[in-house]
Amino acid sequence: MISRIRYTLKGKWAFAICSLILVVFFLVSILVPWIAPNDPIQVNLALKLMPPSLEYPLGTDQLGRCNLSRLLYGARVSLGFATLIFVASLGIGLVVGTLAGFRGGWIDTLLMRFCDGIMAFPNLVLVLGIVGLLGPGLWQVVVALMMVQWVYYARMIRGMVVSMKEQNFIAAARISGSSNWKIIRRHLVPNVLPPIMVMGTLEMGWAIMDISALSFLGLGIQPPTPEWGAMIHEGTSFMRSNPELMLYPGLMILFVVISFNIIGESLSEQFGVKRRY
Amino acid sequence: MGTYLIKRLFAIVPIILFAIFLMFVLVRLSPVDPAEAYLTASHIHPTEELLAEKRQEFGLDRPLIVQYVQTVADIVRFDFGNSYVTNTPVWQEITTRLPATLQLALSSILVAIVVSVPLGFLSAVYKNSWLDHFSRLLSYLGASIPQFWLGYVLIFFFAVKLDLFPVEGRGTWQHFVLPSITLSLALIAIYTRLLRASVLEELEEAYILYGRTRGLKEKAIMGKHVLRISISPMLTGLGMNLGKLLTGTIIVEQVFSWPGFGRFFIEAIFNRDIPVIQSYVVLAACLFIVCNLIVDIIQLYLDPRISWKGRAQY
Repeated sequence: MISRIRYTLKGKWAFAICSLILVVFFLVSILVPWIAPNDPIQVNLALKLMPPSLEYPLGTDQLGRCNLSRLLYGARVSLGFATLIFVASLGIGLVVGTLAGFRGGWIDTLLMRFCDGIMAFPNLVLVLGIVGLLGPGLWQVVVALMMVQWVYYARMIRGMVVSMKEQNFIAAARISGSSNWKIIRRHLVPNVLPPIMVMGTLEMGWAIMDISALSFLGLGIQPPTPEWGAMIHEGTSFMRSNPELMLYPGLMILFVVISFNIIGESLSEQFGVKRRY
Repeated sequence: MGTYLIKRLFAIVPIILFAIFLMFVLVRLSPVDPAEAYLTASHIHPTEELLAEKRQEFGLDRPLIVQYVQTVADIVRFDFGNSYVTNTPVWQEITTRLPATLQLALSSILVAIVVSVPLGFLSAVYKNSWLDHFSRLLSYLGASIPQFWLGYVLIFFFAVKLDLFPVEGRGTWQHFVLPSITLSLALIAIYTRLLRASVLEELEEAYILYGRTRGLKEKAIMGKHVLRISISPMLTGLGMNLGKLLTGTIIVEQVFSWPGFGRFFIEAIFNRDIPVIQSYVVLAACLFIVCNLIVDIIQLYLDPRISWKGRAQY
């Protein structure tokens, strides 16, 4: 097992570094209450815009809140919601895609035309439209991103199910008396999942970017919750005196998203999954 | 060619009808009452009488199917209703703001093409050279940098620190520089990779070998044959990424206070200006679809191997 991992990682130092970055970020987002030096939303105007010190390693922001703690908690918000969106849209996509691919016929046509319709919109425009009509807010953003993303999973899963359905191992399962439900559960889904997870890694990057962009526009996560996009927005007012307020959260987004992209891309090369641009 | 075009044009109709339908459903599902949103936006205190009056004016008391047909009929006649905030027709608001957005979009496409065609081409020809590695790094960065952040970082370094370009607004050519760079980086990332991949693929083709054995100059092979054919996937990329460009303009306009359509859209979201939101989304979908069609047609001209006949069977 270890030798196999070593073999796969050979010459892929970028992949290894990015995996390490993501593992660290995920650990941080889980363990943040214990490792953050201060309370991320504790306002203390006496300590506003302080330079780095032992108590506040990266200084404080315009309301005297600890920058480092806010950045760390931001990891929890971004990764948490991106994961939630990923799991939810994968779930919907799996149900719709398997149903359409396995059943075929008018159900297939209807569901796929619906997907085509959603894909006719530029992604973030539709998300903004939905948020605009439902009203700004965190859950509205999550719902909107989900509504847009599941379509891509559904399309891809349906394609794989259709081509897999005709293969011999499915016929063998059917001949030996497996029910439809069992074929889907035991044979189709486990075969569909690995490439989908690869696509999911790329989508996670998009989701994090979209969440931060919406929060930046003031439509997503609302202050005082520490979220990277919202922090950049707050930081821009202090660009001349304290540029680090807006620089640090951006770097965080950049690190996480670039890691997801590099990992996703090298995995998709291995699995032969086509990337969606 | 004629039949192909007509077929493609007809195929657009159901998609646009669906787009309108989706927005229609969303407006009805939304917890916001259009009548109330209108009164709030015009700073009128909503009373029961006024609300009822407005609901009747907007036709909200009629059966849903009638409302939908009415909506479609209005949109076909370019009647998108009046903005709740400014009380002028949305179409008029759009046409006054669209040029600014289009200028921004076109200038960034231009920057993207000027950078990525040579970069992508050379990084394929000199595969695994430092230039190739550089373009790889650039494309990862372009795909992963949040646009709004990039905009502010550019403002910080080039407008605040070095004072080379204006911070925001629109007017001279200097105003174009930072927004166009911000917007084009994501496009450069994609086009460079696309072009590199398709040049590499093309170099494997038999006709290249044939050209070389015939003694054609390397320059002629590259310029006349490889580049011409390899541009074609880039065009598809251009069409597919139009959505990214559109959403990019929304964010970049917000960062640089660019008085365009995208900024107007964000204001509309905050003001619950339903007609504006609805028409922006529907128009964006239409633009997206039509541009993809145009790109397909240009592609047919560039690559003679894709025949009109073969395409027309779809």
